[in-house]
Amino acid sequence: MGKYWNEEIECMSREDMKKLQSERLVAQVRHVWDNVPYYRRLMEEKGVTPDDINGIEDLHKLPFLTKADLRDAYPYGLLAKPLADCVRIQSTSGTTGKRVVAFYTQHDIDLWDDCCARAITAAGGTREDVCQVCYGYGLFTGGPGLNGGSHKVGCLTLPMSSGNTERQIQFMRDLGSTILCCTPSYAAYIGETLHDMGYGPEDIKLKAGIFGAEPWTEEMRHEIERLLGIKAYDIYGLTEISGPGVSFECEEQTGMHINEDHFIAEIIDPNTGEVLPEGSKGELVFTSITKEAFPLLRYRTRDICVLTRKKCSCGRTLVKMSKPMGRSDDMLIIKGVNVFPSQIESVLLKMSKATPNYQIIVDRVNNTDTFEIRVELSDDMLSDTIKSIEDLEKKIAADIHSILGIRAKIRLVEPKSIPRSEGKAVRVIDKRKLV
Amino acid sequence: MTVKQLSVFVENRPGRMSAMTRLLGDNGINIRAMSIADTKDFGILRLIVNDADKALEVLKEAGCSVTITNVLAIRIADRPGGLADAMDVLYKDNISVEYMYAAFINEQDETAYLVLRVDSNDKAITALKEGGFHLLSQDELSKI
Repeated sequence: MGKYWNEEIECMSREDMKKLQSERLVAQVRHVWDNVPYYRRLMEEKGVTPDDINGIEDLHKLPFLTKADLRDAYPYGLLAKPLADCVRIQSTSGTTGKRVVAFYTQHDIDLWDDCCARAITAAGGTREDVCQVCYGYGLFTGGPGLNGGSHKVGCLTLPMSSGNTERQIQFMRDLGSTILCCTPSYAAYIGETLHDMGYGPEDIKLKAGIFGAEPWTEEMRHEIERLLGIKAYDIYGLTEISGPGVSFECEEQTGMHINEDHFIAEIIDPNTGEVLPEGSKGELVFTSITKEAFPLLRYRTRDICVLTRKKCSCGRTLVKMSKPMGRSDDMLIIKGVNVFPSQIESVLLKMSKATPNYQIIVDRVNNTDTFEIRVELSDDMLSDTIKSIEDLEKKIAADIHSILGIRAKIRLVEPKSIPRSEGKAVRVIDKRKLV
Repeated sequence: MTVKQLSVFVENRPGRMSAMTRLLGDNGINIRAMSIADTKDFGILRLIVNDADKALEVLKEAGCSVTITNVLAIRIADRPGGLADAMDVLYKDNISVEYMYAAFINEQDETAYLVLRVDSNDKAITALKEGGFHLLSQDELSKI
């Protein structure tokens, strides 16, 4: 096996890639126009028809899609294939409690697996490897994505899902796992647990890790590499576009190569929507040019990053994106899960006549995110017994858990105790220094 | 025959009790009975005061989370078994006490006062009256 999964694509000349992207874009716009009335209407409002799109130079003429469109069109409004042709859904949290549901045909699953196979190959994976996947399986794309990629490469795949760390380490030791796929914070936790159990990198066979779904720093990379004795690779993706593998890191570890034959990337000014030149910092926008069931055109990811076409020592010509440096909306990624303050609001609104003031406090302790929500107790939430207040805390915690899938520590605080800035409560305090 | 109890939410932070009691004192409100139910992060301060309406207004104005509950204030004999007699009466009528605390309402005579939160005020009032206990009214409370 070589160092590329698909050398022809991954090392394609810029000219050929542009040509390929143009052909695919033209066909995709036609497919969407014909099958997605929601997007057709957006195009009509902008005065654009498929005839105006003759290549990637015309991409900027197309209207954007945002998370709000996904919510408005939920669940089938952006579907471009009959349901009978779809074989899978994956889902992620939406902005106001309503989830984002993405559909896949078998072709879409195959191309997603292919993207993940490229990532695994770039991390040195071959069919000789044992790949332990400890991303969550289920609606979350992490587990299914890397699982599919691992199969495609031909690795022996361990579909562990997350949790039960001692068992993870036991399998890692007994079955000689060589590649680990999980969130960076879980990788660090596995590393620490390994050492707590009295083992070190010499007691396991891991050589590489593919870590994504949440922001992490170079310091964290070094820590994980030291704890596990591996090389740690970043991977990026989002459910709306497919899942992990939209872009992946090579051995140079200086950014993630975007699978441009499937996803065209643009950087825009988040305020004006104007396309910015290469090297500018701005919001990342993806156009899916090969997916059949859920082909989003010009989807605004809200991730702020930089694209570069500087020659990469790995030989790949695929454009590279920096790690996301922030968001152009208020989404937080906590324990790998997308969290919008509006989701917290929707829960709190049910507890009181008026939405109580609240504050989300996120920190990272021992490489694991902590998630606390402080809620100002209003008079109508108060009672004279501790039990009823504790019940209220539990109810909020349970509702948050059911909406987000992760647990938050709920802390009720006195009215007006959350600091205001210019009259508005400060909603989020993120103490993690990730950028 | 109930009296108003203020329940105030208090975070476990240094200075909270001092600030709140000072606020009441400065506004001429006399605390006649109190108890605190506490957890690791917060407590509920329960207060019986001479002027509940004014105290409510003062506390709300200061931004406190406060609610009013109607509770019973009964007079019991200040001797061994005095409290047990009252409890017997409630137990016989199958009335549960959710919480109770002593009040500092007494001067010299041989009685004591007790603040009671029960599952049914009506049932408890009837039972206690039939058992010969005196319950304080809001009016009496403010005059003590």
